[in-house]
Amino acid sequence: MAGKTLYEKIWDQHVVRDNGDGTALLYIDRQLVHEVTSPQAFEGLRIAGRKLWRVDANLATPDHNVPTTDRSKGIEDPISRLQVETLDQNCTDFGVTEFKMDDIRQGIVHVIGPEQGATLPGMTVVCGDSHTSTHGAFGALAHGIGTSEVEHVMATQCLVQAKSKTMLVSVNGKVNAGITAKDIVLAIIGEIGTAGGTGYAIEFGGDAIRALSMEGRMTVCNMAIEAGARAGMVAVDQKTIDFVKGRPYSPKEDQWEQAVKAWNELHSDADASFDTIVNIDAANIKPQVTWGTSPEMVVGINSKVPDPANEKDAVKREGMIAALKYMGLTANTPMNEIEVDKVFIGSCTNSRIEDIRAAAEVAKGRKVASNIKLAMVVPGSGLIKQQAEKEGLDKILIEAGFEWREPGCSMCLAMNADRLEPQERCASTSNRNFEGRQGQGGRTHLVSPAMAAAAAVTGHFIDVQDM
Amino acid sequence: MEKFISLKAIVAPMDRPNVDTDAIIPKQFLKSIKRTGFGPNLFDEWRYLDHGEPGMDNAKRQLNEDFVLNQPRYHGAQILLARENFGCGSSREHAPWALLDYGFRVVIAPSFADIFYSNSFKNGILLIKLETGVIDNLFNDVAATEGYELIIDLETQIITKPDGSTVKFDVDEFRKHRLLNGLDDIGLTLQHTDDIKAYEQRRRTEAPWLF
Repeated sequence: MAGKTLYEKIWDQHVVRDNGDGTALLYIDRQLVHEVTSPQAFEGLRIAGRKLWRVDANLATPDHNVPTTDRSKGIEDPISRLQVETLDQNCTDFGVTEFKMDDIRQGIVHVIGPEQGATLPGMTVVCGDSHTSTHGAFGALAHGIGTSEVEHVMATQCLVQAKSKTMLVSVNGKVNAGITAKDIVLAIIGEIGTAGGTGYAIEFGGDAIRALSMEGRMTVCNMAIEAGARAGMVAVDQKTIDFVKGRPYSPKEDQWEQAVKAWNELHSDADASFDTIVNIDAANIKPQVTWGTSPEMVVGINSKVPDPANEKDAVKREGMIAALKYMGLTANTPMNEIEVDKVFIGSCTNSRIEDIRAAAEVAKGRKVASNIKLAMVVPGSGLIKQQAEKEGLDKILIEAGFEWREPGCSMCLAMNADRLEPQERCASTSNRNFEGRQGQGGRTHLVSPAMAAAAAVTGHFIDVQDM
Repeated sequence: MEKFISLKAIVAPMDRPNVDTDAIIPKQFLKSIKRTGFGPNLFDEWRYLDHGEPGMDNAKRQLNEDFVLNQPRYHGAQILLARENFGCGSSREHAPWALLDYGFRVVIAPSFADIFYSNSFKNGILLIKLETGVIDNLFNDVAATEGYELIIDLETQIITKPDGSTVKFDVDEFRKHRLLNGLDDIGLTLQHTDDIKAYEQRRRTEAPWLF
C-alpha cells in the first residue's frame, strides 16, 4: 500500500463518518474566534436554541477592530466598539474563554493560538478567517471558514468537507543571506499564481523550509491562501515539538510522551504521492516586493516594474494595466526607485518576535527617512510586545522614529483607525495588496519585515543586503 | 436557506480576473453584527465615487456611472458573469451575503476561490464553473445584446441561452441536493450525533491531550 501524505494522515484521523456523497463529516479539534465573523454565528445558535458542542474547544480574542494606540478610553468608533462588546457578551453567555482587549494575552488570533499552545500538531484547526492556514506550520490541518461554518462547528464540532487534492511545494537548497520566510512565500506565489493552489492543501517541504524557524514556517503557511490553497502545512520535526513544549494549552507531563510519539508520525511518508509537485530553487530567491494589486504581482527587488506590453494573455494584460494605474506606477521603473509614504510592520503574517527583531536590526542606529509620514510596528500579541520590550527592541525602533503600538490586525486591513489615505504608498509586511485593502485608494507593496524597515530608513525600496 | 431550483434573469458582466472579497464588500461594512443589509454596499469602492461608511444614506452618494452595475441595462441582474479566481482573499461570508442581498443568485466564472465557493452555496447562491472559451462567448453575447437573459436550471444542470442553445454545467451532488431542497447543514449533521460522540470517545483514548 502506498504511503500517506501528511494531509491524508490528519484527514483520516478526523473522519467521523463518510457521507457517501464525496464528503465526510470531519471532526474539528480547535476553533479560534474573533469579533468580525462570529456575531452572526452566535446569533444563529441563539435563534435555534443550540449550545456549543464543546465549549473548551473554542478560544476567542478581539483583534480586527481593536485600537493600537492608548486603550484606556476603549474604542472610539461606536460600530467597532459594538462588535467587540458583542464578542465579549457572546463569550460570557456561551462560556467561551476570551482574551479581552485589556488582557496581556490578547492579540491576533493566528498569533495567540500557537503562542498559547492552543494550536498543536495533528489538530484540525478552524477560524472564520482565511489566514487560519498559518497554524498548518505545526503539522496541523488548518483552514479558514465562513460564518455559516463557524456556527456549524460551534453546534456540532464538525464540518462537512470534501477532501482536497494534495500539492507539495519543495523549496530546495539554501536561501542566500538576508532571504526570509516572506521572500520564500512571495516567490512561491509569484511562481504558482494566486489561484495555483485552488482545490489543494499545500505541504511546504525541502531544505529551505526545514531550515526555517517556527515563526518563519507560520509566515509561509499564512500565505498559502494567497496562493489559493485553503490549507498550508509543514511536517513536524524537533523544532515544532520544542516550540510547543511548556505552553499553557500544551499537553502536560503525563500526556507529553504519548503526544510526542504521535506527533513524530506527522510527516508525509517517503512513498506518498502528491497530485502535484512544485520544485523551487532556494538559491534563486531574491528579496521580494509586490508591484500590483494581487500577491502574484511580485518581483525581486533588483527587477523593474513589469511591462504589460510583454504579456500575451489579454485578460492578464488588462489586469496589469489596471493594477499599474491603481498603483500609480509606470512600467519598467526600477523597484528600488519607488518611494513610499508609510511603513507597516505587523499582521498575522509578520508580527512575531523574530519579525520585530529583524526590523529592529535594520533600524538600529538609523532614522526613519524624512519623506515617511508614518512608520509603525504593531506586535502580534501583548506577550510579544512584552518580550520585545524586554529585549529593548521597542527603544531601538522608537529611537529610529517608528511608532510602537498595541497588538492587533491594524493596518493589514484597516478596520480600526490605522489606514492609508488615497494614493498613499505603503511598504507593508501584511499579506494582501488588494485595492483598498489598507484604506480606500491606498497602495500596498508586500515585503518582509527587514525590507519594510529598510524602506522606512531610506524612504524607498532597497535591497536590505545593500545597506 | 432559500431553495434554488431554476432562474431566468438578466446577466451582468464583471470583466476582470481575481475579484477579491475585499472588493465585493469592503472591510468597514464587516463591522455589522447582522447577516443582511450588505446589498447597497456590494462593490462599494467601484460603485460609488465617494468613500462609503456604515450608516450612510447610499441614495445620496455619488454613483460611478461607468461601473457596470450602475448601467441601466444591467438593472435587475440576478446572474453575474465573472472571470477566473472570483471571490479570492478573505473568508468573509459577508461577500455572498452582499451578493445575495443585492439580488444575485448565480455567479458564472472559469474558477472560484475555495472558501468563497463553499460560503456561497451555504447561502443559496449557485456558482457555475465553465471553460474560459464558453465564458468568453458569454461576455461577447452579453455585450452585444441589451437585456441579455439566461435560464439556469439546477435539476437538469442546463443553461439555456436566448437563442435556445444550451450549455451543460457540473455541480457537486451534495451541494446540488442541499440547494434544491434548501437544507440546513447543522440540522443534517446533528442527525449523526451518535457518530460524533463515538468518535470523541475513541479519540479521548487515542489522543487525550486534545480534550
